[in-house]
Amino acid sequence: MRPRIFGLENEYGLIFSPNGKVYLPVEKVLGYIFEGLIPNSWPSNAFLTNGARFYQDTGCHPEYSTPECDNILDLVMHDKAGERLVEGCLPLAEERLREEGLNGEIYIFKNNTDSMGNTYGCHENYLMKRDVDFWKVTEQLIPFFVTRQIYAGAGKLLRLSGKTHFFISQRAQHMHEKTSSSTTSSRSIINTRDEPHADAEKYRRLHIIVGDSNMSEFATLMKVGVTAVVLSMIEEGYAVPNIELEDPVKTIREISRDTTLKRRVKLEDGRELTAIEIQRIYLERACDYLATVEVDSITHDIVKKWEDTLNQLEEDPIQLSRQIDWVMKKELMMAYMEKKDCGWDDPRILLMDLQYHDVNRSRGLYYLLEKMDMVEKVVDEEDVLSAMSEPPQTTRAKIRGDFIRFAREKNRSYTVDWTYLKLNGYWEETILCMDPFSASDRRVEELIAASAGHRFNR
Amino acid sequence: MIDLKGVKTLSKQEHKTDRKKEAGKKEEEGGANPKTAEKGKKIKEDLDKLMEKIDDVLEENAEEFVKNYVQKGGE
Repeated sequence: MRPRIFGLENEYGLIFSPNGKVYLPVEKVLGYIFEGLIPNSWPSNAFLTNGARFYQDTGCHPEYSTPECDNILDLVMHDKAGERLVEGCLPLAEERLREEGLNGEIYIFKNNTDSMGNTYGCHENYLMKRDVDFWKVTEQLIPFFVTRQIYAGAGKLLRLSGKTHFFISQRAQHMHEKTSSSTTSSRSIINTRDEPHADAEKYRRLHIIVGDSNMSEFATLMKVGVTAVVLSMIEEGYAVPNIELEDPVKTIREISRDTTLKRRVKLEDGRELTAIEIQRIYLERACDYLATVEVDSITHDIVKKWEDTLNQLEEDPIQLSRQIDWVMKKELMMAYMEKKDCGWDDPRILLMDLQYHDVNRSRGLYYLLEKMDMVEKVVDEEDVLSAMSEPPQTTRAKIRGDFIRFAREKNRSYTVDWTYLKLNGYWEETILCMDPFSASDRRVEELIAASAGHRFNR
Repeated sequence: MIDLKGVKTLSKQEHKTDRKKEAGKKEEEGGANPKTAEKGKKIKEDLDKLMEKIDDVLEENAEEFVKNYVQKGGE
């Protein structure tokens, strides 16, 4: 399988819970969080030494974009590193609030919905070949994304005609179109935003906004790993015949509503299949494709996990309570309800639905499970901690990270974006980096070497 | 090229599932694998031990906290 660049963007939910009754505007809290991450009152948009980008998004959410990765384990690591960076800002921000006489705690949730039905996203980006028919690809991918929630969903409690129900996905109820260019009004299963941050003649971007944010490393691995396999298979001409759904937007909600995974959904050709059966069709086709190419061990492992996961979901989803967010969360809630003799409507259960996603590891329910060794880890915590400052070593992020570290050490101001680097000063050249697969750049190396040789002239 | 045996066995397994389905849905639902049931029981026991710890970390005023958790919509 040819290498591919991918990345994740997570928008986090944010609230200050005061011990008194003063609710602070989120803008102010967010400002203090930025101070912790990006010192010297820099603008609220910054690239970090690990090549990632941290910024304030639409609707006042802190957002973390992983650096570009070409390896799924790097991506899982960097997604978690983003959580740790955000968590690391909490003590200082709370201290600043205390200085203003505001006692309380800041909560940051890696989820996608609030209590009023507002949503914020977890966007996936895949670099893909320009010379394939994008519309054909999207037609092929939609049934895959509609059903992927059975292992990638993060679980959500929602009220439906006066009763609270457990849904598989946080985002499913917020999808209104098959494809569109908007990410905020009529959200779609496949977004058409096409900013490849690379040579646009060769590549385009596949921007996916239908997925949930995952706490589980296993779920992130599967969400992006399986998608990358399916995308390669379709790019290489291994189409899945007659897989179109009769009504994808309706179907994604129906599947999200059924935690037994037995519900059959309608295809355009009249067949009625379960989400598991649809995923199996993609899996079989992927195996046809993978038999014709060289497969690295990580991809092999992902396909094996995909098969095992579908089998276990069919048999009994509870078997995946160490791996899949919606299963973990649902089992945790059901155990609590049994113990306390309460129902889905109990405020404590509704709170658990939020606090499962708390990035504060001393408080978050996912991390409570992790501490008890009740979740399957994919990456070592040590690697996550080093990913907070170290970029992936095999992509353009390495060049960006090295450059930013250099500029900060030399105390030089700089301007950086995904495709360029520049030390500020009118005589400085802009270094364009259009190839995301390239991890070295002669000009950046020369710049760093020259400065190490003799004192930098200002 | 690496061994795709694990992947290739899929089609066999697939047929098995199909046959099982043909044999009748009852078998699929009723005949729960004892190993699975065992695993489920173990998970429930582990979860049970966690319950008091959950009360320790949950924000005290659950109702008010949930009510106040309102965000502006993002992307």
